[in-house]
Amino acid sequence: MSLSPDLLTRIRQAAHDHGGPRAAMLEALRMIQHDHGWVCDAHLAEAAATLGVHRAEMEALAGFYSLIFRHPVGRTVILLCDGASCWLNGADAVRDELQRRLGIGFGQTTADGEYTLINVACLGGCDRAPAAVVGRDRRLIGPLSPEGVAKLLEGGL
Amino acid sequence: MTDLPLTGRARPDRKPHTLAEWRALGGYAAVERARAMAPSEVIDWVEAANLNGRGGAGFPAGRKWRFMPERGTTPGNGPNYLIVNGDEMEPGAFKDRFLLEALPHQLLEGALIAAHATHCDEAIVLIRDEYRPGIAAVERAIDEARNAGLLGGLHIRVHPSAGRYIVGEETALITALEGHRAVPRKRPPFPAQSGLWGRPTTVNNVETISLVPHVLTLGPQRFRALSRTEEGGTKLYGVSGRVKRPGLFEAPMGTTARELIERAGGISGDGTLRAFQPGGGASRFLGPDHLDTPLDFGHLARAGAMFGTGMLIVLDGSACPVGLIARHMRFYARESCGWCTPCREGLPLAAKILHAFEAGTARPEDLDLLHMTAAEAGPRGRSFCDLMGGAMAPLASGLEMFAAEFAAHLAGGCPHDKTHLSGGCPHGGTA
Repeated sequence: MSLSPDLLTRIRQAAHDHGGPRAAMLEALRMIQHDHGWVCDAHLAEAAATLGVHRAEMEALAGFYSLIFRHPVGRTVILLCDGASCWLNGADAVRDELQRRLGIGFGQTTADGEYTLINVACLGGCDRAPAAVVGRDRRLIGPLSPEGVAKLLEGGL
Repeated sequence: MTDLPLTGRARPDRKPHTLAEWRALGGYAAVERARAMAPSEVIDWVEAANLNGRGGAGFPAGRKWRFMPERGTTPGNGPNYLIVNGDEMEPGAFKDRFLLEALPHQLLEGALIAAHATHCDEAIVLIRDEYRPGIAAVERAIDEARNAGLLGGLHIRVHPSAGRYIVGEETALITALEGHRAVPRKRPPFPAQSGLWGRPTTVNNVETISLVPHVLTLGPQRFRALSRTEEGGTKLYGVSGRVKRPGLFEAPMGTTARELIERAGGISGDGTLRAFQPGGGASRFLGPDHLDTPLDFGHLARAGAMFGTGMLIVLDGSACPVGLIARHMRFYARESCGWCTPCREGLPLAAKILHAFEAGTARPEDLDLLHMTAAEAGPRGRSFCDLMGGAMAPLASGLEMFAAEFAAHLAGGCPHDKTHLSGGCPHGGTA
């Protein structure tokens, strides 16, 4: 499936707004990911062609950024902090419980396509450690506990 | 409110103000005042206020601005650029999140004043992807101000990023905005000479920019007098780790760790303070003997430490310092951009050795290797940026301060209580 005409228009507009095609590459990747959840090879190539940059350059940039997803992700992406303050407040137990309940490790997606779990750098939620951000609006939640994990997955947090 | 200029007007629910609400609180008066002044006069005020950059390095904001050339005085075409750095990702730091989410108009006021002072026609606010509520708040504030005709011709936009700690490094950030992998550049040339697209560029932290309107509102003398030390203003401190009520606390520059930890409800865990990092993950550990040291850039530099972000990470007596250092090292190893060999290869090696200490499988010579790594990789100038040197700060100071813990891990595992939270080692036995 190719990119929608509307998205292609927005990618061209980004090149105009951001000071040229090269500077708009990340924004193009973000827009594709926003609409499709992740960035597949075909979409990456189409965006590169639209901007007039080589797809290898686009690939290099996509590969650099940890939050540009080059594999399909679940409907809800959970970014779990593995920073120091969260660790000091029990993040390991939260991690273990999340992985046990979801049956996946970091960087993996549940078989039903519901959740992807990713460990990330300090989330700026040290006052709510252990913290995670969840979903498209990157909602900060915490402090998490192993008991709170069930509630989180039932949508209660 | 003047005691807490930075946070005093925040709504209790941390939601951003509308433009109307913000103006009712006196918003944008500072911008008007600045625009009635010559750019060089604004810089005079910021210098007199002694506002030091709050991103970690503490460089005087006024002096940084003074490097920016006037319009039409540099060869070639194109504007000067102002970049507001909202890529907060230092372990232990959560202050810019609050300033972006709750006080976007304050930030925008600061950006308008800074742009005026530095002859910038374009400004970019770079914000990390995980701060989407902050991105939305700042974008809305910009739209509101634009519709109200408050931007004064400044082109300003938000650039949402997409992960990677190194993006927050000043020159890497410029490289990122040009559409390349965010790899730091060698300085000189400094951004004020050749920054974004080769144009004069100033990069300021979110907190620095958020403080700027208050220099204009209060005047340099009153702003400076908010501080207890030479360094002007208040500071948005933070305390996290093993404390009972972690949080943000705006307080005079030069407030002590004792006061801040008390405001954070005191030490949790076993109730005793073992050590703290005053400025986030990349700052050296300080012991209880520094509880009454005024926390600012100058005092901590003189103590052989670093103020950094001013976000304290607190370690109690029951948490394992080796485990904490290992977490930090894993972070810096993962976030290295990979450009400079010592950083790309050295940090994963140090992280691996620290993991072996945690697992109880380290050998005595591994301790020598850690000492050697800290000595070789610690000094500035061995890589393009300060990521590697920063990563060595907790290691080097930790090897000194926690020598007994490192030795105990060699003798058969982690001596710390593993039943308490998760601050003990997951693999070690008891000594």
